[in-house]
Amino acid sequence: MSLAAATAATARATTAAAQSHGFLSPTGVEIAFLLVGLVTFGAALVTVTTKQLVHAALWLVVTLGGLAVEYLLLTAEFIAWVQVLIYVGSVVVLLLFGLMLTKAPIGRSPDADSGNRWAALVVAVAAAAALVWVVVDAFRTTWVDLGGAPAGSTEVTGASLFQSWVLPFEALSVLLLAALVGAIVLSRKAKADAAPTPSARTVPGARNVPNGRSDKEGTR
Amino acid sequence: MTTTTLAVLVPLLPFLGAAAGLLLGRTAPGFVRPLAVLPTLTSLVLAVLVAVRQGGGPAVDSHTELTPTGSVPIELALHIDGFAALVAVLVGVVASCVQIYSTGYLRDDPRYPSYAALVSLFTSAMLLVVYSGDLMVLLVGWEIMGICSYFLVGHYWETPEARAASIKAFLVTKLGDVPFLIGLFALATDAGSFRITTVLGTVASGGLHHPTLVALLLLAGVAGKSAQFPLHTWLPDAMAGPTPVSALIHAATMVAAGVYFIARLLPVFQASSAAMVVLAVMAAVTMAGSALAALAQDDIKRVLAYSTIGQLGYMTGALAVGDRDAAVFHLMAHGAFKALLFLAAGVIIHASGTNSLAVMSRMKDLRHRVPDAYWTMTVALLALAAIPPFSGFFSKEAVLGAAEHVATGHTEHAPGAAGWIVLVSGLITAVLTAAYATRLWLLAFRGQGAEAPDHGRQPLSMTVVLWVLAVPSLVFGLAYGTLPDWFDGRDLTPVLTTSVLGTGLALVGGLVTYGAWRHTTAMAARVPLGAVVAHPDADAGTVEAEAIALHASAFGDVAYAPDPADPGRLLLGPLHRHAAVGFHLDAVYSALFVRPVQAGASLVRFLDREVVDTYVRGAAALPRWLGAAVRRAQTGNVQTYVSALLAGTVVLVVAALLVATGA
Amino acid sequence: MHLAYPAVLSALLFCTGLYGVLARRNAILVLMSVELMLNAVNLNLVAFDVWLSRAARDTLHSGQALTLFTIAIAAAEIGIGLAIVLAVYRGRGTSDIDKLRDSAEPHGPDEATVTADEKAEATA
Repeated sequence: MSLAAATAATARATTAAAQSHGFLSPTGVEIAFLLVGLVTFGAALVTVTTKQLVHAALWLVVTLGGLAVEYLLLTAEFIAWVQVLIYVGSVVVLLLFGLMLTKAPIGRSPDADSGNRWAALVVAVAAAAALVWVVVDAFRTTWVDLGGAPAGSTEVTGASLFQSWVLPFEALSVLLLAALVGAIVLSRKAKADAAPTPSARTVPGARNVPNGRSDKEGTR
Repeated sequence: MTTTTLAVLVPLLPFLGAAAGLLLGRTAPGFVRPLAVLPTLTSLVLAVLVAVRQGGGPAVDSHTELTPTGSVPIELALHIDGFAALVAVLVGVVASCVQIYSTGYLRDDPRYPSYAALVSLFTSAMLLVVYSGDLMVLLVGWEIMGICSYFLVGHYWETPEARAASIKAFLVTKLGDVPFLIGLFALATDAGSFRITTVLGTVASGGLHHPTLVALLLLAGVAGKSAQFPLHTWLPDAMAGPTPVSALIHAATMVAAGVYFIARLLPVFQASSAAMVVLAVMAAVTMAGSALAALAQDDIKRVLAYSTIGQLGYMTGALAVGDRDAAVFHLMAHGAFKALLFLAAGVIIHASGTNSLAVMSRMKDLRHRVPDAYWTMTVALLALAAIPPFSGFFSKEAVLGAAEHVATGHTEHAPGAAGWIVLVSGLITAVLTAAYATRLWLLAFRGQGAEAPDHGRQPLSMTVVLWVLAVPSLVFGLAYGTLPDWFDGRDLTPVLTTSVLGTGLALVGGLVTYGAWRHTTAMAARVPLGAVVAHPDADAGTVEAEAIALHASAFGDVAYAPDPADPGRLLLGPLHRHAAVGFHLDAVYSALFVRPVQAGASLVRFLDREVVDTYVRGAAALPRWLGAAVRRAQTGNVQTYVSALLAGTVVLVVAALLVATGA
Repeated sequence: MHLAYPAVLSALLFCTGLYGVLARRNAILVLMSVELMLNAVNLNLVAFDVWLSRAARDTLHSGQALTLFTIAIAAAEIGIGLAIVLAVYRGRGTSDIDKLRDSAEPHGPDEATVTADEKAEATA
């Protein structure tokens, strides 16, 4: 509870700071959004193309962080901090653990991309073209009014989450329990037929997930 | 109990015995023999009781209709007149004897339970045919007998002869049964009922529209069942079954069912003189041809089989001259002595280890090994050759007497031509019958050469039965005085003319054969022939199965042995070669039916494989190529799969968008 | 702000993730790309929620609630996914997706469970 309270406090402070910068007109928000978006997209591109596996994880941090900033710009402050906490804080750490445990090479590895690369490129570009076309065609003139009370403050999010969404929220806790059990079972099965050392290391790695979620649970 | 109840029990008991035998055969082997013998014996006792109560008086008629069955009702009906009562007793006697005999004959056979159950089922079906007062119920029993015969002929299904013979027996009898069924329908349509009494009443009042057609259709079924020319070819081959089966089914009872059927419906046949002449010609050809063939056979059981065909020819001959008393008289006498002949032949085959007369004629003192079979078979052969005072003499004289009666102008029942045909062919057959009976006896019991092998005494169950059957063979003929009380009241006393003629001709036939045998027997020592089974000490059924399987491989044919010491060869001269194969009737059938059907089948097979399949294969080629192409795509690389999936998704989305926006 | 900006960014990020899923060889990099795709969806959800809460006076905030749920599910997914990848790595000595080809046509369908898991993972 204390952690969530701290998160909420920080989020509110940041929103207040963003509001106090009066010189950021809506067009200014757009410019900021565009710039951060470019950085985010670039980092994402580097993430999926770099030959150095560990760098990919680090560029992923930049992407996810950039997205957190975008959330903030969209006045969804609570989600922004959750993004920072969970993605940047735990998921990326987990991925780095995974890279280490699978003995991923440090430095450039020439075979980071599979032979499917060109087909992937074609599919991805085609999908991107189709999606961008559709999205631009549909929302060309739609205007989001960012003024007024923030749409994603902790208060608003908490109220809607525990008033309208309390049942799915509880169901989600069951899902997390199932994931916990599943991760343990998968690791223990491996323990039976593998050497004890890697599996002993796997268990805390797998448990990190529920741990990472437990602060979410703690908000109850 | 009323007579009706007793009569119902007579077919029912063996049926229940068969069902129980089939059910308990595996779980309780100890009950199989009692279950086989006791119901049959009980139903024999009941059949005797029914016969005594009926006593030749008015027919016992009883019927019940279970359920409405359309325009022509089918009823469970009994019709027991003197014929039915006495024939049922004959069936009971022979079936009981055969069941007792089989306990010894198939002592070690693993399939004895099913065998005994099928024999019981057969007995039940035959008794049903005998007692039934409804043509449809009669047909049920008729067809059950056919299928039992099929199974029992194929009892030694390990041998190809038995398999072929069982299929042949089934197909040939079915060939006759199809017109038979149509004939029954035609008859019932005219009469409005399947009841025999109603049908006969309709015939008496002239209500039959197409008597010739109906009679000829029915005749086809009878020819198939009773092995009459030209549908007789299955019977000699059916000897591939066990000997007791041959005795019961293919000599004494089932083949007599056709004769019995005509006897029951004789007025239908008498309504058409053309049918009577056809019947007479059929009987004549059957008699003479089968007697000639019997004289040339080497397999002892095939001799008896052809003899059976001939004696059945006598019965149909008697019917052709409109005298069913004589026909059924001969049926009963023949049933007894022919069953005895077969059962004794089974004993001889077991003792000698061969079924070939040529091999037996080179065995010395076979008669001392099997004295029971020797004496009883002598009695039965004398009866077969119609030597007085054995039973065959009286019954055959009754037939010849009836034929003479018609031939000399008393044609109120039948056309005179039929009388002459039957009389002449009957007299010719009398000579031949005596000849082949003598030949059989001489070759089997008067052999010269090495000592016959000694396998110890035959089982008691087999020898006692022979003596039981020898009694009617000896004395049944004397019943000619009392039988007319049970039958239609015709006089069955031998007529002097035909008696003298018949007996004289029989004596001539026997003496000529004896002379020929004396002439040829010296040659026997010069031409050694011999083939004896591998397990002579096994039970009789095994010995017989091996002997049948051996004959073709040892002598090149199931029916024929190249034996120059055979008196039949001398007597028949150039005819012998043709008689041995049944006058090539099988070859004719093969050329007329089998080969065209096979040619048609191979044509159809060609069309199916080369023409139809070409289209099928052609139609399959494109999918096969596509399949091969798609299979190459199954690389196992998940990313490829997902790429294809997503590419497809994109294409679909774009297409859907274009359609939705109307571009 | 025009709604097109976050929507286009979201689409581009999604396709970048798509490319990564299809082109990367290492299974952990594939998982990263999956995270990218999930985040792209999250951005969409948030942007549309903000728009709807103003334009349609939506007080349910379904977009943000769903984003939170997605984040939770994504975290669970990454945990399970890593456990699977590690199990595969321990069993096979490699975590390269294109070397796990037990379901290829010349081989029988046996031992295909791991690959099937990978497939489920890759399509997630």
